[in-house]
Amino acid sequence: MSARPRHVDRAGWVAAAESADRLVALWGVDRRPQGGFAACAAYVRKGALEWVDLDLGAGGAYPDLSRFFPHAVRMQRAAFDLVGVRAEGASDERPWLDHGAWGSRFPLRFDATPADGAARDYPFVRVEGEGVHEIPVGPVHAGIIEPGHFRFSVVGEKVLRLEERLGYTHKGIERRFTELEPLEARRLAGRVSGDSTVAYAWAYCQALEAAAGVQAPPRAAWLRALALERERVANHLGDLGALGNDAALAVGLAHFSRLRETWQRRSREAFGHRLMMDFVAPGGVAAEPGTVQLVAIADDCDALEREVRELRTLYDEHAGLQDRFVTTGRVTPALAAQLGLTGLAARASGQPIDLRVERPAGPYAALGVRIATQRNGDVAARVNVRFDEVFESLRLIREICARLPGGPVRAPCAVPDTSAAMSAVEGWRGEVLVALELAGGRIRRCHLHDPSWQNWPVLEHAVIGNIVPDFPLINKSFNLSYSGHDL
Amino acid sequence: MWQIVKLFARQGILTEPAPVPRLEEAVEAGRIQAEVLAVLGRALAIRQVDAGSCNGCELEIQAVGNPYYNLEGLGMRFVASPRHADLLLVTGPVSRNMEQALRRTWEAVPEPKLVVAIGDCACDGGIFGESYASRGRVANVIPVDVTVPGCPPPPLEILRGILAAVRRTR
Repeated sequence: MSARPRHVDRAGWVAAAESADRLVALWGVDRRPQGGFAACAAYVRKGALEWVDLDLGAGGAYPDLSRFFPHAVRMQRAAFDLVGVRAEGASDERPWLDHGAWGSRFPLRFDATPADGAARDYPFVRVEGEGVHEIPVGPVHAGIIEPGHFRFSVVGEKVLRLEERLGYTHKGIERRFTELEPLEARRLAGRVSGDSTVAYAWAYCQALEAAAGVQAPPRAAWLRALALERERVANHLGDLGALGNDAALAVGLAHFSRLRETWQRRSREAFGHRLMMDFVAPGGVAAEPGTVQLVAIADDCDALEREVRELRTLYDEHAGLQDRFVTTGRVTPALAAQLGLTGLAARASGQPIDLRVERPAGPYAALGVRIATQRNGDVAARVNVRFDEVFESLRLIREICARLPGGPVRAPCAVPDTSAAMSAVEGWRGEVLVALELAGGRIRRCHLHDPSWQNWPVLEHAVIGNIVPDFPLINKSFNLSYSGHDL
Repeated sequence: MWQIVKLFARQGILTEPAPVPRLEEAVEAGRIQAEVLAVLGRALAIRQVDAGSCNGCELEIQAVGNPYYNLEGLGMRFVASPRHADLLLVTGPVSRNMEQALRRTWEAVPEPKLVVAIGDCACDGGIFGESYASRGRVANVIPVDVTVPGCPPPPLEILRGILAAVRRTR
């Protein structure tokens, strides 16, 4: 699903927000010296993607979108940190990605100024009252996970409030894009969030293709979908094991991690890489699995489905496990809609959001994806959506292997001199979006958006009233990306 | 419960032979474990620190714990505090936002301490390199004993790197 920018005035900027179904992304651009600053927003309206672009001239303020979409707050704070464009009248203007440690201020300006690099204290919101105390956690966590800081305000074991502080893995990805050749930059896109490498590489390449007026051949589109569904299955297997483990069912981790390992070994054989990095390329795909491998991939699905069904019965009938899962970390459908929850977590809270279903393209139009939704919005619901999606992805993979169209797997893709396009792909976590602006045959701005932006703030709500020891379980049930968010 | 027992019985033991550090003769898992014990006098405790990675390396480090590689079967385990650790496993280019946290974690590890840099970014900055937001390779921030290149390195290479670091201390 792709879109081109639509230039609007300030009234049009507000009108677009008022009439959109949901806000996907918001970012700033510095087009000086040829143009001025701009604010951009990506929406979904009636299943279609929309890109609105507001010219800010030499100034740098745009109408605040957080009154329409609460999850715009952090994106607006990040847009200020990176480009220096400000949301007028926003209630929260604390820095977000910029912790003070960077070597430059407003690093995405073409004339970014040096900064002193001295980390600053962050003003967390204080909860006061008798018996309230704070538990600071991170950025280095007790496990093999990414870094971030969580500030809990608790009474006894009960969480009154959680405040996240992210940005620790910010490594300057968006500026790095402007230094790379557009065709080469797909490798960087595949390393924004390693667990979603196929989704990011696909979204980037599709944006580049849309900007160039090129379309990947049908066989390539189907192979991309094959890789994307394999990525979804691999991540769901990993999460299902980890969720069992976080609720003290170690046998769940042992078996799901075994299944994930055999799955990754097949990816190594058929796609040349255990995570399928660098498989998607501009114009198509960089390699293709042989006939023997396609048969093996389809056979794997039958074996895996049998095993996962057995493990699901084990999970469903384990009273101790269900006791930890059910009603824990609940996000009601109403809250999910209000806060803009997206992707897998939204589907577990009754929101039928899935780009593969809303606007199916290529193989998804031919195969028809059955959406997996639950209404309880608790850890159990997010576990059940994962189980259902594993089975649906296995069905899709088998169908793709059986019905893969013939023909070439790559079309020539010449980089246009000046163009812009955005594209979105339904990754395993939710919609991954890439907006690309080319000028003089180079990347002027590449904005990448992870669904974690929408879902991190909702996690703060999901833990309210739960006990501190359930936080790791609730957090894992969302399994949000730090790197994809921090960039 | 019977379902769990049935699963155990049917699956058996999948653990594959442990790898050996490159350019050295083949040894059995038992000897590696003895070596770890000889060097450290107890099991090896590992603390993992993501200093800014894309999370690809984390996925493969997690895989080292699965039944095929069975890290714990070799007498090694991941611990929750640097104060309990013998070895730091560091991934990512070191983001400037993580630089201080990485230094503090390293300082908290008791001597003698080992550091293994996992992945291309940790070895040389990788595709992200050095920038306003990145200090590049791990060795730019803390001393590194062994580097394990790869994007991400597969679990066997990670295991090899850990073993190579342990041997260096002999």
